[in-house]
Amino acid sequence: MKVGVSWLREFVELPASVTAQEIDKRLTNLGIEVEHVIDQRESVKGELVVGRVLTIEELKEFKKPIRFVTLDIGRSEPQEVICGASNFSEGDLVVVILPGGVLPGGFEVGSRKTYGRMSHGMICSARELGLSDDHAGIIVLPSTVDAKPGEDARPVVGLDDIGLALEITPDRGYQMSVRGLARELAHAYRVPFNDPAFGPRTEATAKPAWPLTIDDTKGCDRFAARLVRGIDPNAPTPDFMKRRLTTAGIRTLGLAIDITNYVMLELGQPMHAFDADRIKGAVVVRRAQEKEKLTTLDGVVRVLSPEDMVICDETGPISLAAVMGGQTSEVVDGTTNVLFEAAHWDPAMVGRTARRHKLFSEAAKRWERGVDRELCLVAVERAVSLLVEYGGGTPGEEVLDLNYPPEPVMISMAGDQPTKLIGVEYSVDRVADLLTEIGCDVAQYEDRVDVIPPSWRPDLREGADLVEEVVRLDGFEAVPSVLPIAPPGNGLTPGQRRRRNIGRTLAEQGYVEVLTYPFVSREAMETLGDTRHAVRLTNPISEEEPFMRTSLLPGLVTALRRNLGRGQRDVALYELGLVFLPGDDMLAPPVMGVDGRPSDAQWRVANEAVPHQPLHVAVILTGEFERSGWWGPGRQASWADAVEAARAVLDKHEIAQTVREPFHPGRCASFTVDGVEVGLAGELHPAVCAALDIPPGTCAMELDLDRVPLPGLTPPPTLSNYPPALIDVALVLDRGIPAQVVQHTLIEGAGQLLESIKLFDVYEGIGGGKRSLAYSLTFRAPDRTLKVEEAIAARDAAVALVSERLGGTLRGA
Amino acid sequence: MTYRHDPYDPKQASLLAPEALEDAVAKAGEAFAAAGSPKALFELKPEHLGDRAPVSLARREIGSLPPAAKADAGKRVNEARAAIQSAYDERQKELEAMEAERVLREEHVDVTLPWDRRPRGARHPLTTLMERIGDLFVGMGYEIAEGPELELEWANFDALNIAPDHPARGLMDTFWAGEGLVLRTHTSPVQARTMLSRKPPIYIVVPGRVYRTDELDATHSPVFHQVEGLVVDRGITMAHLKGTLDHFARAMFGPNARTRWRPHYFPFTEPSAEFDVWFEAHRDGPQWVEWGGCGMVNPNVLRACGIDPNEYSGFAFGMGIERTLMFRNGLSDMREMIEGDVRFTRAFGMEVH
Repeated sequence: MKVGVSWLREFVELPASVTAQEIDKRLTNLGIEVEHVIDQRESVKGELVVGRVLTIEELKEFKKPIRFVTLDIGRSEPQEVICGASNFSEGDLVVVILPGGVLPGGFEVGSRKTYGRMSHGMICSARELGLSDDHAGIIVLPSTVDAKPGEDARPVVGLDDIGLALEITPDRGYQMSVRGLARELAHAYRVPFNDPAFGPRTEATAKPAWPLTIDDTKGCDRFAARLVRGIDPNAPTPDFMKRRLTTAGIRTLGLAIDITNYVMLELGQPMHAFDADRIKGAVVVRRAQEKEKLTTLDGVVRVLSPEDMVICDETGPISLAAVMGGQTSEVVDGTTNVLFEAAHWDPAMVGRTARRHKLFSEAAKRWERGVDRELCLVAVERAVSLLVEYGGGTPGEEVLDLNYPPEPVMISMAGDQPTKLIGVEYSVDRVADLLTEIGCDVAQYEDRVDVIPPSWRPDLREGADLVEEVVRLDGFEAVPSVLPIAPPGNGLTPGQRRRRNIGRTLAEQGYVEVLTYPFVSREAMETLGDTRHAVRLTNPISEEEPFMRTSLLPGLVTALRRNLGRGQRDVALYELGLVFLPGDDMLAPPVMGVDGRPSDAQWRVANEAVPHQPLHVAVILTGEFERSGWWGPGRQASWADAVEAARAVLDKHEIAQTVREPFHPGRCASFTVDGVEVGLAGELHPAVCAALDIPPGTCAMELDLDRVPLPGLTPPPTLSNYPPALIDVALVLDRGIPAQVVQHTLIEGAGQLLESIKLFDVYEGIGGGKRSLAYSLTFRAPDRTLKVEEAIAARDAAVALVSERLGGTLRGA
Repeated sequence: MTYRHDPYDPKQASLLAPEALEDAVAKAGEAFAAAGSPKALFELKPEHLGDRAPVSLARREIGSLPPAAKADAGKRVNEARAAIQSAYDERQKELEAMEAERVLREEHVDVTLPWDRRPRGARHPLTTLMERIGDLFVGMGYEIAEGPELELEWANFDALNIAPDHPARGLMDTFWAGEGLVLRTHTSPVQARTMLSRKPPIYIVVPGRVYRTDELDATHSPVFHQVEGLVVDRGITMAHLKGTLDHFARAMFGPNARTRWRPHYFPFTEPSAEFDVWFEAHRDGPQWVEWGGCGMVNPNVLRACGIDPNEYSGFAFGMGIERTLMFRNGLSDMREMIEGDVRFTRAFGMEVH
């Protein structure tokens, strides 16, 4: 909402000395967000005066028309100025900034030679003065203006005001009006407020202003109208009105329509002006019929929904209620008989209609936030009197006011509720006073207040709403700072602790955390091997990336590419985050109310409709994982690093060779915990690397942490201090037998005396599809010094089991 | 053969002369001093202390002396030999020390050479900032609550007093994922989930990822992070909210930090406020900075989650993590946090300071 303080002053007795800064602060403290305040008195510096055009000399030698103008600015000599506009004539009054002045934006005006002449100042357009975006020509003051050459032009053009641009919160429709803001300023400055909606009231007459019925009183519970006949169709909109509409960002469209907008800004009541001669017969206010059509003022044919409300005459809909009028009944250039209408519509209906037809008009914004239902007739009367004053014509005798008032709201609040909720001692007197100040009708009792909120505050529905008004007006500064004592908590959950540990572990290993967007393209999904199911967003940021990730790898690839593109060569990244895995036949969640908690069954069914979102961890790495340097060559990141990253993250697990997309078929490990596969690691398939434009040999790992059980109690380790017996064995086995299987077999065969085992050599050069694996075995007994024969027996048992199960032989044996 | 039976040899006997012994000691001393290494010294040993050394030969002459002279001569020979031995030992110690020193000197390295063969990684500052905030509240007895990012429309909106036609829905530009499902626009649906799953007293903080359909620029991102707090207990007042936020502010922004409030509107709280924090270490000097929103839990929210607003009251607050990190650490472009540039994240190491 954009408005000048001068308009607000018409209804609130503000001190003359108010400053922009102070208004900003006071409105902010009342919960009105001030986007900006412009003191227009300060916006143009130096001499800005009224000038009368004496002579115009057209300079024709330039590409565009240039005028050399002499002006009477009340001095002995005429002022000579060059001007690029041509929308003025000799004798016109214009606005001139003299040398030494500064325009908004810091443009300094001086005496300078331009187009071969000296120009002493500049004739201004509205945009140059920061008044509007109008730059079609310079400002030509209307002949009716009472201003003499040489006088300060600021008051004449409206540069004597403080302009406010305010953001109104969705609960306070009343603040979207001069009336409502003036009321707030009255609170802020503790000065009297003169309610423009409060005055002698007209009553509905027995004979209506127009034959009209309301079919649906839920959609429309009040409708007021009155005619003005015989207006001058050429009567212009008065300057003050134009200026105020322009400030508010509303275009002027002719007197009758401008008046409806002006009244909307002033009182907050959206209204409509019909050309009475273009309405055919009796009017009905009803719901639209399915597929019914209406051409609105903007020339668009709207297909209506049965939820929309329409105003109809005998020909059908003539206005889309509360949102936009129709073309067939609009006021046009020759209109002489005007029917003003102001009604009260169901805010929810207006909101839906506005969204459905994408018509977020000034009116719709007010309806959504709530409009004072007592304003209808006041607004009609205000519009009638403005039209009669500025457009001539005669008000109709008949006044229509169909009214189906709702049950009045009465809020009974315990007198100490504000104190209990805010922690500040408010007496019942104080509570009653503050609520009265905002317009409530308050009946005060010893321990409670019964409050009837004013008609402009449909947002006040229960005690908490009243408490907000109490603390808002009393001020937040009074609220003390008290730290509540929480009951003892349980600390982080095991899952939360694990998540942190994983992050730290990977970072210590050399991986850098990234937090990537979860939006994925179809190509990325297909390349990275998971196209089974994915959640598709209805309104993605980019149509290219409409899917929610089912794997962390696409995001990591994007981040990897970005780092490579910025000159990094050795990159290791990790991410911890949710992925989105919808099931096969997901149903829409049930509709649930808000009057009480949903039943357990409802809540369970609702949550079944939410796709599974497990926490994943993933890494991607390329380049040197161990750097080369002065110490010698480095080591390229390999499948083994990716596998090791998974090992570092997992507690106990099984690892197996596997062939799976998007990995290299011979370089992919699958990880299993308690028989459940939890993820994969290895080198990415060369074709995948090529398709994704990342270096060949890039490696990756991804685990589903939701599938990894949280660790239980750690069993105690047994530490023996007796001397160990160390024995090495080298085994020749088929190359296809995984090292892990060999190791597990050795452990099983060696029995209890084996303390640890280490693979210290892998020799592939044997040939015949065989390889040699050399292990160091450490044997130790918990209770005695082991005899050599015991250790050898255990070693032999281990080797025997490998030989029996895997066909291995001792190397050299 | 024993020395005793050696025939008397005046030349040999002359070796026992005091001058000859002194000479042997002196020569040995000179020779040892001239040895430049333990090895060279060792090579001199036979000449001065071996069987054919002057002192050893002198000892042999003792037998040829008259018995009266034997004791005296024996004593002198012993003294001379001890002197040579001691000179040897001393020199040996000296040379060994010199040798050890030389070895150490030769083993000198440049310890300023880099050794970042496997550079440490880093954790994202948004993660560590959320952990830090979580830890602060866990220390106060709160628990960290979590919820899905793809969320029920009901939990994201309806339960929070944002009915389908509520204008506030238009203010939170929402990603829709089919009927009844949204990417959560705030962490607040976790409030509803928590209240549905446990009874008061509830003291939780919820750090997490949220989504709005904003295009990415220096101050907006369609994906960002929030943290919010929720307390529901008997007798909770706005003063408790103020105390909590002031404490939070001090922990994050220094001992002189505090909050300043202005009324605002949020559907899920009533009364509601936005608050600024006084931040002295701001890169542009001490100033008030917009930080977040807060308020007393709207009774409609309590009712939708099965909590009696006549028995319990509560407060909630929330703020953006990116925004907090930006003004706290003087960052000016949100995109740096999103792009995953390792140079950005490495600058923050393992913990945000």
